[in-house]
Amino acid sequence: MTTRRSVLAGGATLTLLAPFARLSAAPNADSRFVLVILRGGLDGLAAVPPYAEPAYAQLRGSLALAKPGTQDGALDLDGTFGLHPALENLHAMYRAHEALVLHAAATPYRERSHFDAQNVLEDGGTTPNASGGGWLNRALAALASAGDSREAIALADSVPLVLRGELAVTSWAPSQMPETDDDTLARVRRLYEAADPELAASLNGALEAREIAGDAGDARMGGGRGGQAIAPLASAAARFLSSADGPRIAVLDANGWDTHANQGGAQGTLAQRLRGLDLGLQMLKTELGAHWLQTSVLVVTEFGRTAAVNGTRGTDHGTAGCAFLCGGAVAGGRVVADWPGLAARDLHEGRDLRATTDLRALFKGVLHERFGVSESALARTVFPSSDSVEPLDGLSA
Amino acid sequence: MLTKDAAIAANRFGLGARPGDARSIGSDAKGWLTGQLEHPPSSAPAGAPESARVLAEVRDLRVARQVAAQARANLVRPPDSNAPATPPGIDQQAIREFGSFVRERYVAQTAERHRLAIETDRPFVERLVHFWSNHFAVSADKQPLAALAGLYEQEAIRPHVTGNFYDLLLSVERHPAMILYLDNQASMGASSQAATLVRRNRGGALGLNENLAREILELHTLGVDGGYTQADVTEFAKVLTGWSIGGALGEGRPALARLGGDLGKPGEFHFRAPMHEPGDKTILSKRYREHGADEGEDVLRTLALHPKTASHLATKLARHFVADEPPAKLVERMANAYLKSEGELTSVYRTLIEADESWREPVAKFKTPHDFAISAYRLLGFTPDNLQPVTAFLTQAGQRPYAPGSPAGWPDTAANWNGGDALLKRIEFATAAGRRVGNNLNPTTRAGEVLGALGEHTTMSIRGAESGAQAFALLLASPEFQRR
Repeated sequence: MTTRRSVLAGGATLTLLAPFARLSAAPNADSRFVLVILRGGLDGLAAVPPYAEPAYAQLRGSLALAKPGTQDGALDLDGTFGLHPALENLHAMYRAHEALVLHAAATPYRERSHFDAQNVLEDGGTTPNASGGGWLNRALAALASAGDSREAIALADSVPLVLRGELAVTSWAPSQMPETDDDTLARVRRLYEAADPELAASLNGALEAREIAGDAGDARMGGGRGGQAIAPLASAAARFLSSADGPRIAVLDANGWDTHANQGGAQGTLAQRLRGLDLGLQMLKTELGAHWLQTSVLVVTEFGRTAAVNGTRGTDHGTAGCAFLCGGAVAGGRVVADWPGLAARDLHEGRDLRATTDLRALFKGVLHERFGVSESALARTVFPSSDSVEPLDGLSA
Repeated sequence: MLTKDAAIAANRFGLGARPGDARSIGSDAKGWLTGQLEHPPSSAPAGAPESARVLAEVRDLRVARQVAAQARANLVRPPDSNAPATPPGIDQQAIREFGSFVRERYVAQTAERHRLAIETDRPFVERLVHFWSNHFAVSADKQPLAALAGLYEQEAIRPHVTGNFYDLLLSVERHPAMILYLDNQASMGASSQAATLVRRNRGGALGLNENLAREILELHTLGVDGGYTQADVTEFAKVLTGWSIGGALGEGRPALARLGGDLGKPGEFHFRAPMHEPGDKTILSKRYREHGADEGEDVLRTLALHPKTASHLATKLARHFVADEPPAKLVERMANAYLKSEGELTSVYRTLIEADESWREPVAKFKTPHDFAISAYRLLGFTPDNLQPVTAFLTQAGQRPYAPGSPAGWPDTAANWNGGDALLKRIEFATAAGRRVGNNLNPTTRAGEVLGALGEHTTMSIRGAESGAQAFALLLASPEFQRR
């Protein structure tokens, strides 16, 4: 196991799980939790590049980010890992010990379907459709049975699976018709070009017109026209979580992370998405005001992407990736990873970053430390048959 | 999985399948369609129609507006001379009240229309309601039609779409919405008692308004190439003089009010005998005896049974359901069915359903924005509580409900609907709808249930989507869902 547990170039030791014997903040009624689901599979090696690992630059080729301190370089975390330069605000939180980065993490799911992977991520089991409901709803039910009637809200048109279940959960979304994200538009365009030349011509004409008109006018907060804007949803979440009798848990999700082609490096499609995410996180912090101190924001995705760049300057569906936990209630400033390495022999099936941390450990840790969900409820009802998955501890400031 | 014929029945003749429709359609797609024709979709309302109540309120509001405007115009300007002078004759408060009165009714009526369309078990009949509503279009951009258009559809069109064309035609042309839209309420014959009175008292001349007569000939019955002349239009306009609406005329102007004679029932069709042009009239070489209100009915009956009307209606129906350029043979058979049955519409519909031409592939019709949006909700299997976004989308996509802007109604060919911007709007709608269902449904299963077999490109595109939301967006944007 030395390959897994050891060591990147330069011999930096890894920050292993739960290194601090710090006493966790007691769960309390003021605790707030925001779950951000990035749908499509965020490229963990782009968001949190292990720049000190020699294999990284080789595998990533033109997508590799430069080392910290160089132009467009990664933002250093711990001498081994960096953050994508678009994640400036998250980096500031990290330096203020308000953000924790988890790497080489994944759900128990090992296939590569978006739908099934998201299903497992939200359902909380080990296979798709294991329970038909979501782990966060079951956590709320466990709290309710212990006399804690805190509520949750989905910042979306419909309630995502993670919040669906026995307890009724509301949702809210801006009512105006959102613009289609570039990725979906590109897919529709490809479909028309392959299947319906008439519609393709019509759509291409409209897109050209839009290009000429410029997107300055319709650029949105949170990364311009690319992708679903997170910032407005984050702002709404902050409003809900700040109101006196409002919900204390919010879920928001954002599409547009399925970067199969031309994902870009320090600039480009993915950089724009990450900038939007970064702005959203900052907006949560700013708009939650004093409540930020009781807040934990968890950012997860259904899987990571291939370690190597593919033939279209993008990456394909992979296995392990990264997650972020940030907020005033977080014991941050650390990268938590049992780093498996990027050498060919260390990759899952020879292509993906291997998963060494079960995301459920992270979920359990947050639910236990921030909301006091009992370990037995976590192991039996919230994440059924998950005794073997120990909650991460020491997550809270 | 829907069979090919079931998919055509649900999509080409309906408003798109809902999950579970495969079961109700079964193996007899034609039977599923003809079965929907067996009962009228609704009966004519008993008692005073809702439109009459709305019209009475409209009139009250208009009178209030005029009184208020006059009072304001007579007021001394306020001492603050920097304050902008209120334009004389306009009372902002009354205008706002009138506007919100009309808007509320419009919102309620469009929501009801969307809800019926999304939820109906007889989508072919609903399509027919929409078709005839468009054939006999009124437009909500002319006041106060926005408050009436939905009621007009319910009262004048819906009860008759599976009946005889003459009954439909008569009920439409007598409805206050149509009379107001095509300006017939004050049309009077030059030799009528009312016109004579006006000439004597005021020295001015009031007279014919040809609008309704012309549109009945051009749009509702014979068609633009129907062989009528300007003289026929004028004669027909004379026939229709007196076809008006009950209640006081002229909104508080007593002289004008007296012209109308007997007031009739407020807000309902009312024949104002003093305005009717006396004497016999000749239209398309046929002579009609002076017969008061019944003259108009006689002419409409003749027009309804005219061969030009038969082929005009058959062409429009075939274009609506089968192809932008409908097969001539099919049109001919439908027109023959119409004439043979003396205008029985179900006989025409049955001919359409039985025709081989109606079941051919590849699909030839491009959905209107309306049918696209409605079929999307049917596919997703839910009715939103708030239906305003549907109206908002249709407005953006150029098909604001009940507001075609012209008595010709909405065009019915792809070229009018597949423009790039409107297509982008559809894709945006698809994206929003996809997000709405999120990842709750299986896109591949649902596609099979409502569209049947998909082409390989669409199948691949949906399988490769990064989320359920995106998969549904792609499904709703797909050519298979845009066309039928």
